[in-house]
Amino acid sequence: MTDLPGYPSRRNFLKGSAAGFALTGIAASAEAQVEAPVSLDEYETEYLNGAEWAFIMAATARLIPSEGDGPGALETRVPVFIDRQLAGDYGSADDWYMEGPHAPDAEPARGWQTPLTPAEVYRQAIPAFDAWCQSSHGASFAELDAETQDAALTSLSEGEVELSSELRDFWSLLLSNTKEGYFADPQYGGNAGMQSWVYIGFPGARAAYREWPERHNIEYPLGPVSISGERA
Amino acid sequence: MARTEPKKDVVIVGLGWTGSIAGIELAQEGLDIVALERGHDQSTVPDFQYPQQIDELKYGVRLKMMQKPSQQTLTVRRSGDETALPYRSLGSFLPGNGVGGAGTHWNGLNWRPMPEELRLRSYVAENWGEDIIPEGMNLGDYPVSYDELEPFFTRFEKVAGISGKAGNLNGEIQEGGNPFEGWRSEEFPMPPHRATWDSQKFGEAASAMGYHPFTASAGIASTSYTNPYGMQMGPCNFCGFCERFGCYQYSKSSPQTAILGALKQYPNFEYRTNSEVLKVETAADGKTATGVTYWDEAAQEEVFQPADIVILSSYQLNNVHLMLLSGIGGPVYDPVTGDGVLGKNYAYQMNGGVSLFFEDEHFNPFVGHGANGIALDDFAINQNDFGALGFIGGSYWRSGTFNGQPIRNMPLPSGTPSWGAGWKEGIGRWYGHAMSIGSHGSHMAYANNHLDLDPTYTDRHGRPLMRMTFNWQDNDLRMNQYMKSKMEPLAASMNPDSMQSGFKDVGAQYDVRPYQTTHNTGGHSMSETAREGSVNRYSQAWDKHNVFVMGAGNFVQNTQYNPTGLVGGLAYHTVNAIRTQYLSNPRPLV
Repeated sequence: MTDLPGYPSRRNFLKGSAAGFALTGIAASAEAQVEAPVSLDEYETEYLNGAEWAFIMAATARLIPSEGDGPGALETRVPVFIDRQLAGDYGSADDWYMEGPHAPDAEPARGWQTPLTPAEVYRQAIPAFDAWCQSSHGASFAELDAETQDAALTSLSEGEVELSSELRDFWSLLLSNTKEGYFADPQYGGNAGMQSWVYIGFPGARAAYREWPERHNIEYPLGPVSISGERA
Repeated sequence: MARTEPKKDVVIVGLGWTGSIAGIELAQEGLDIVALERGHDQSTVPDFQYPQQIDELKYGVRLKMMQKPSQQTLTVRRSGDETALPYRSLGSFLPGNGVGGAGTHWNGLNWRPMPEELRLRSYVAENWGEDIIPEGMNLGDYPVSYDELEPFFTRFEKVAGISGKAGNLNGEIQEGGNPFEGWRSEEFPMPPHRATWDSQKFGEAASAMGYHPFTASAGIASTSYTNPYGMQMGPCNFCGFCERFGCYQYSKSSPQTAILGALKQYPNFEYRTNSEVLKVETAADGKTATGVTYWDEAAQEEVFQPADIVILSSYQLNNVHLMLLSGIGGPVYDPVTGDGVLGKNYAYQMNGGVSLFFEDEHFNPFVGHGANGIALDDFAINQNDFGALGFIGGSYWRSGTFNGQPIRNMPLPSGTPSWGAGWKEGIGRWYGHAMSIGSHGSHMAYANNHLDLDPTYTDRHGRPLMRMTFNWQDNDLRMNQYMKSKMEPLAASMNPDSMQSGFKDVGAQYDVRPYQTTHNTGGHSMSETAREGSVNRYSQAWDKHNVFVMGAGNFVQNTQYNPTGLVGGLAYHTVNAIRTQYLSNPRPLV
């Protein structure tokens, strides 16, 4: 790694100061002055019902697990992001052309052709997938152990779970919405504390790098800022 | 019940790049002008300002600067045998919305076509004979030459504020520029940008292989700049938010930064937003238009706006749609008989690329701009031996960081899981340690790729949607595979830890889901005679002499470059003809 003269490198800073901790501490205290977010267990959903919330909590925890380096979906509050997105104009497909006739059986390359909105796809697909988990693995998804959950998600991703053609984009929606919640600005409910940005080294909304084009092969040293001006 | 507005000299449909150009140039003539814009009003402040604009989810993913399919869209099929289905959510291409249009959210990749591309049929015939033209390819010459357009390319580049280094000044090849480009009468308005690490590496590897790299031209200011209308730009700070975003710091060329502030000073110019034109109305004799009917969203009523001159300057797809609905631009093209012109020559772009991974190097992918990078034209249209290679076409290559935001830009070595612990490990390991080289290639026009009206689906006004019939064709796919065969050795010479290619191959079917490019061209193409196209060399409708049609719909076939430079040049060529030839004596100019 090449360090930039005059700048503390991000990694050295982390190494030198007990620091992963110190950084989150700063972010947390800045947040605390505003209002600490409720825990995921106490969060009141805007769209998802109880069973759907349990599924989203369990599924996102496997899609981006907590184990290993970097934060998982639960630490970054991805389920909150998904709930809010489905409650908003994305969930109801406000910007999309939803007039019939619909051809949900058309080849996938023809694009979104189901009559359902994204929120409706979640609403119908979660019980359908849970029923498949019940018959294939003996319990609903949220009640399975992690290893079996991973196997069930693999089956879903590979098209081995029988879903009606109206619901066939469920897997790709779930995965892309989970990653969106992980990486989007924290104002949308996920990426809590900008932890995913800190992890990968994305500076968020800094958006000012005038001296950087010719600083070749030097790691950018500053942590992220959010649109609301928080730092991490 | 329709309301009727007082008559204007000129009505402009769509206030993006070309509508703004027509507006300001004709306002200088003292004409009374109204521009009608389907979308909302927007300005750098407050609409693009920091930090709200730096929002990947809202603009990059949820596409809040784009046309809403709920308001306007089209249907798509890959062949005449398929039933066309609506383009319900945006994917493959992203038409803009609101004042400034796609000119607000583009990358700023401003290129001129090669002289050979504007007379491609003749160039092929002279060098290899017409026999090499594949069956079903509508290969044509533009009815206007590079030499005629050169002053207008120069004019657009000064207005838009383009940074770069000339490679050919009046026939003299210049060190540091593109030696294969067409001649330029003047140096670029601003000097070229600094090179980021990925582009530097690419340039060095290309030079070592004997190629001719140069800094890509950019509609991104490299210095402070004042354009001929007195509009000011500030130097880019490589914030990385260009494509799909408005520029917060007056650095990206756009109607807002280059024209609109000056245009709004003219008392003889006005514009109305949330005003969607439904139809161009025709005089009883059928030889002219009388004005346009539009939907006034605020008043919730139809309005007739009479005018002496009608300028169609909405996005290519929407221009063709409006012409189909209005009976302007000649008889509708029929792919079975080959008769008709309107909707003919729809073309797109054939792109590919290689991703390279270097675990121990830092690319800082968030530091960049939309037109960043080092490019080369060694495999361009005027460098390729079509007869030997077995295709007609070419591409330019470029490497430079842009859009390094993590939701959409997370290249991972093949074999990395797409979710779970392995994915999380992969993003931590590889974000910031990858670079890419892109091939941006030509797309020819074909008998089977065309636009007409859909028989089933309608919009919110009850009008038929337009129908696109489009699929990839072997000629362009072979070109793409050739680029792959040349790019992979160059990439390998850079010794990455690993690399992977993405080039469509023969047999590829058009997929509307992934973003490809918003370079939709043709449909109201320009031609030497009314039998071959919808408009003449001045973009004047062959069948209605007071209708002028701007934009990439004029293209005979697409070039290997991003279309804005040619669109801007044609727009200045057209308004010059209106000013110098048409106003004094309104008539068909050809």
